[in-house]
Amino acid sequence: MDFEVIVSYLPLYIKAFMLTIKIGWIGIALSLGIGVFCAFVLHFRIPVLSAIVKVYVELFRNTPLLVQLFFVYFGLPKIGISISAEACGAIGLGLLGGSYMTESFRSGLDAVPVSQTESALALGMRKGQLFSNVILPQAVTLSVPAVVANLIFLLKETSVFSAISLMDLMFTAKDLIGLYYNTTECLFMLVIFYVVMLLPVSILGTVIEKKTRFKMFGD
Amino acid sequence: MEEILRVENLSKKYEDVDVLDGISLSVKKGEVVVIVGPSGCGKSTFLRCLNGLEDIRDGSVFLGDEKINPNKKNLSKTREKIGMVFQSYDLFPHKTILQNVTLAPIKVKKRKKAEVEEEALKLLDRVGLISKKDNYPRQLSGGQKQRVAIVRALIMHPEVLLFDEVTAALDPEMVREVLDVVLSLAKEGRTMLIVTHEMSFARAVADRVIFLDGGKIVEEGKPTDFFDNPKTDRLKKFLKTFSYEE
Repeated sequence: MDFEVIVSYLPLYIKAFMLTIKIGWIGIALSLGIGVFCAFVLHFRIPVLSAIVKVYVELFRNTPLLVQLFFVYFGLPKIGISISAEACGAIGLGLLGGSYMTESFRSGLDAVPVSQTESALALGMRKGQLFSNVILPQAVTLSVPAVVANLIFLLKETSVFSAISLMDLMFTAKDLIGLYYNTTECLFMLVIFYVVMLLPVSILGTVIEKKTRFKMFGD
Repeated sequence: MEEILRVENLSKKYEDVDVLDGISLSVKKGEVVVIVGPSGCGKSTFLRCLNGLEDIRDGSVFLGDEKINPNKKNLSKTREKIGMVFQSYDLFPHKTILQNVTLAPIKVKKRKKAEVEEEALKLLDRVGLISKKDNYPRQLSGGQKQRVAIVRALIMHPEVLLFDEVTAALDPEMVREVLDVVLSLAKEGRTMLIVTHEMSFARAVADRVIFLDGGKIVEEGKPTDFFDNPKTDRLKKFLKTFSYEE
């Protein structure tokens, strides 16, 4: 392994790293928004919207991100909407992530026992008070592990962005290998940068998980 | 004494089974009514109808002059006046003991936090749990949780208290600590409807005991008559299951 090569590639990798993180987290923010909204729609059984959400979730959970990206990137211009590759990446990730987040939040909401609802109602709580004071805080705690798993999964999924010519980590590595054949160095750096990106999320996730669960369940 | 709760011809069906079959009952202010009966006789369903947790199809329930209607908007308002304690405590696991007790008065009755907390601490002290105020429910024993659940109901100043088998999930030595609290409430003159399997407790606490079987009131009376001179064969047989004498 040639460390001079590594040092010389470093600026390119850092640039790609920043781009990956930027699009990754914009996509994740989007997915959280979509997930919360859709989970509420399902939980409150809002007519018509519920059916649409169900179709959306199944459609996006059961197709690969790559295919979804192709649809957004090559499909939208055909109907007259052209957006940048970066926006495509973020939207694609947001839509895929949204379907996973929906399921995570919904299962959290459903996991709060009915008896909690009954005891709150018996105290005279109104529907809104019941939801915001009793159901929601417990549902959030219950969905933390699944949400953290989704975060990690989604950040890893950014590796297919290269297919729509986004200069992310994967793209940069493949590009450099193609140009200079320093396969070992390039792949080594790729692994390191992914770990640097994901390890903090993983560790932070575990801490949050422990903190939130401890209150309700102990160790 | 004035009447506080009236049940008229209350009936309820699940599929084809009559869970409640035309129950009528009048409860006076300050009266303690204990409901006993075999499993599945409709005791819990009956209590749950009284605060609208169950749909009321036939018959009606009145608290004072107000009709309890599960489909009506003012149901929450009525429920504020009916305290209920459940078999499985159902404390809020994400809130401390003090927060469990103060949540409803602050949110529902819009009372001042400081004033509610002061009252909560007094009540927790009364049931011997003031030292647990900052603990979470998971850190308490079943008996302690149930005493907190009673305090949580009391702080709403209910006109009627419903107890749904509040000791059924407890270890024997914890049963006593909970029942002592209920007994002290009875002595205060609170109106209570209690579903229980603890016959000696029923005898001690009740002004009137009701035997429910097959969704009907089979027999009712003062505890002495009820337990010492049961009239119906069905009740005699039921009471016999609680003794091991020949």
